[in-house]
Amino acid sequence: MTTWPILSVTTFLPLVGALIVYLSRGDDEAAKRNSRWIALWTTLITFAVSVILVMRFDSNSADFQFVEKANWLATGITYHMGVDGISLPLVILTTAVMPFCIIASWTAITKRVREYMMAFLILETLMIGTFSALDLVLFYLFFEGGLIPMFLIIGVWGGPRRVYASFKFFLYTLLGSVLMLLAIMALYWNGGTTDIPALMHTAVPRSLQTWAWLAFFASFAVKMPMWPVHTWLPDAHVEAPTAGSVVLAAIMLKMGGYGFLRFSLPMFPLASHDFAPLMFTLSAIAIVYTSLVALMQEDMKKLIAYSSVAHMGFVTMGIFAGTMQGVAGGVFQMISHGIVSGALFLCVGVVYDRLHTREIAAYGGLVNRMPLYALTFMVFTMANVGLPGTSGFVGEFMTLLGTFKVSVPTAFFATFGVILSACYALWLYRKVVFGALVKPSLASMKDLTLRECVTLFPMIALTILFGVYPKPVLDMSAASVQQLVNNYNTAVTAVKAAALLH
Amino acid sequence: MSFSTAGYQLAPVLPELVLAIGAMALLMLGAYRGQETTRAVTSLAVLLLVVVGVLEYMLPAGKQVTFGGSFIVDDFARFMKILALIGSAVTLVLSTEFLSDPSRRIFEYAILVLLSTLGMMVLISAGDLISLYLGLELMSLALYVVAASNRDNAKSTEAGLKYFVLGALSSGMLLYGASLIYGFTGTVTFSGIATAATASNVGLVFGLVFLLAGLCFKVSAVPFHMWTPDVYEGAPTPVTAFFASAPKVAALAVFTRVTLTAFPGIVSQWQQILVFVAIASMVLGSFAAIGQSNIKRLMAYSSIGHMGFALVGLAAGTVEGAQGVLMYIVIYVAMTLGSFSVILAMKRNGQAVEQISDFAGLSRTNPLLAFMFAMLLFSLAGIPPLAGFFAKWYVFVAAIKANLFALAVIGVLSSVVGAYYYLTIVKTMYFDEPAGQVDPMRVEVKTVLAVAGLFTILFALFAGPVVSIASAAAKSLF
Repeated sequence: MTTWPILSVTTFLPLVGALIVYLSRGDDEAAKRNSRWIALWTTLITFAVSVILVMRFDSNSADFQFVEKANWLATGITYHMGVDGISLPLVILTTAVMPFCIIASWTAITKRVREYMMAFLILETLMIGTFSALDLVLFYLFFEGGLIPMFLIIGVWGGPRRVYASFKFFLYTLLGSVLMLLAIMALYWNGGTTDIPALMHTAVPRSLQTWAWLAFFASFAVKMPMWPVHTWLPDAHVEAPTAGSVVLAAIMLKMGGYGFLRFSLPMFPLASHDFAPLMFTLSAIAIVYTSLVALMQEDMKKLIAYSSVAHMGFVTMGIFAGTMQGVAGGVFQMISHGIVSGALFLCVGVVYDRLHTREIAAYGGLVNRMPLYALTFMVFTMANVGLPGTSGFVGEFMTLLGTFKVSVPTAFFATFGVILSACYALWLYRKVVFGALVKPSLASMKDLTLRECVTLFPMIALTILFGVYPKPVLDMSAASVQQLVNNYNTAVTAVKAAALLH
Repeated sequence: MSFSTAGYQLAPVLPELVLAIGAMALLMLGAYRGQETTRAVTSLAVLLLVVVGVLEYMLPAGKQVTFGGSFIVDDFARFMKILALIGSAVTLVLSTEFLSDPSRRIFEYAILVLLSTLGMMVLISAGDLISLYLGLELMSLALYVVAASNRDNAKSTEAGLKYFVLGALSSGMLLYGASLIYGFTGTVTFSGIATAATASNVGLVFGLVFLLAGLCFKVSAVPFHMWTPDVYEGAPTPVTAFFASAPKVAALAVFTRVTLTAFPGIVSQWQQILVFVAIASMVLGSFAAIGQSNIKRLMAYSSIGHMGFALVGLAAGTVEGAQGVLMYIVIYVAMTLGSFSVILAMKRNGQAVEQISDFAGLSRTNPLLAFMFAMLLFSLAGIPPLAGFFAKWYVFVAAIKANLFALAVIGVLSSVVGAYYYLTIVKTMYFDEPAGQVDPMRVEVKTVLAVAGLFTILFALFAGPVVSIASAAAKSLF
């Protein structure tokens, strides 16, 4: 049994689960319970299958593994799947986070549970597909397809301004992506195929590189999101249900970073090199500016949303540094942020489920009633700050290190972000958790339930584990990152040498 | 089969002959037996369309020409004809409820649809300007009457009259253009024009412009789109579904054939016209639809926009472009028929409701209907992995290859604007509070919706064969 299409199984298993949920008719309590359990088991089985991927993965090879290829559309457009050291961690992140999302929605979602679970399962298929597609058209299919379930999740189960937030999310992302679609078409005619590994070895003329880079940038910058096209994110995060925010922050934002790593650097190295100063500037602004904005927030989710933008700034900065430390740090930061920000949104969800407000001012002194919660929240706050010993530190440190070699001013300004993140994160923590418990509404707050512990404690373990021992993630991606950086540098130096000759 | 008349092969026109004779026979049946035969005539008409479709499919492969080059049957014609036949047959099926009302038992309805379909088939196979005009007029004259078939309704009669007056005007323009082209090339056959029209000359370009204006009217492309919203809104819904599907197939087919086979020598002349028309249609279709509150008017603007997208492929003027047009029209017909079956299903207490606000909360009162419509709308917006995405992919990929970058960029941007109004309907169905129960769906509407919806949702799975058929059909034009 070595030939079963394990990657496709991982990808489409949640879709099968969604079908089963659909077939389980009924609208009573029993039906709701059934759809919850089916969704949970589906995500757990998917996770189990993805663990097999990790076990069989050869981390010494930079090649794509578990490759599957089948005819699909006409010439040059095939069903091609595969993962390498850059995409596999993200696939695992997706499959690992999804069960937590389902558990987090267990009691929070009471209306239209069946549709909710279906939307999440379909979304999982599309997200895994995005990270494992090796054909541009297939990639775009998964990448854009994710908009539909997310639009419905925000719009149907979201907060009071859900309509505005869902439209903004959908149209913003679509606007960026259609330009990428045109660039994909141009690449198709340039290389005669949309096969990603083949295109990585196809020379792209310099002018096309510039335009295609910009078009891909339009899509990924919105998805990431980078300053100044980040404004959809706070709205989407605030209005989305807790699990929706978790998916957005933990996984969907990573599609942008993944896109830069998978397409921009390998396919358009020269344009990437040309635009690196732009990326550094935007990243540094994102880190400093959105951290400052986060300081001013009164809504807990909004604060974390802005901090996400800042942390994604470290990722883009590291990636476009084009150094081994920078790129590896970027990959690590994506995984770490996926865990930490997801957990932070879960933490907000915990108190939101009890008090139904996200106003920071409505809380205070929770430590008196909820010691376990205070501890959990503290670990993730510290990870968000980037305290050594948590996974947040490793990612920020590596990206800063990688960037320092290339652009000192960027690293200089980005370091301010670390200080600022301490300001807003600790401020949030103090306001919510410390102080005297004077507000009468808080007097009856219960500490974490068993269900909440099940979702949060594994994340604490991972945050600290990767903080002191980041090797598993770094090893998994090392070979692929090395190859990526080598190819990038070869292409750039070749052009520089040619320029010197003239 | 080698029967012929006056030296011309009749085998290639066999399906058309069967359709014409069948339509006459049904007319006799209706005329002698009266209006109570409506149901029988309609059913037989559907059967006839199916038989003609099968005959068309069974015609020998390859290109056949008859009547001295006036009538061409090639892969392209076969593809488009079968699509038009499917469109006509499905809309006839969707009309059963409309025709079952005692005040509207009109057997002529089915006959007119058949004759109009015959016109479409002649149009699709037209090999010269004469048969083009004959087909076009046969199709249009039947359509004018069908538009006004709800005689007691002022809006319906207004729609019919408006369509007739503007249609006659456009036929005049087309005829004038055809006469100029004949004057400057000395021939009416497309192949003859292609040999003569190698360099652009002012008179010929004038003729071309008028000809294209007439064709733009038929596909309802901007700036000849004004009739569309009124006719779509005024005509009975099954008739609107018919207008939005089969005649668009035929008009787009002849548009493609004329530009690509009669004027390949002066591509740059018609390309700029098509680029303008495509951009104007896409932009107007997207922006004007935003303000609509009636779903049929909205679908009218949507169809204007979609014709703009289809013309993007044609503007490329290449084999890829023709393939894009074919892919677009197949998917467009499926999405349109699906959407109109949803609109037909929207009835409260026996009364059809047409306002977008009537769709409020449909996802809770009728989840399956809402889900199908949502998928069709996302598909119309061009969101993958639904069929509409592939339609857009094939037209824009052709435009990019032909270096029409501005057209492509404006096109995709207007598709984002278009996504907004499709999303508004999804929002109404999914985010708003229910506006009341919807009557149970009739079985034929349910069937059409199921087929069209599944086609749209699962298109990615069987896209490969469709692409290769479309590719072969497109190649037969060159």
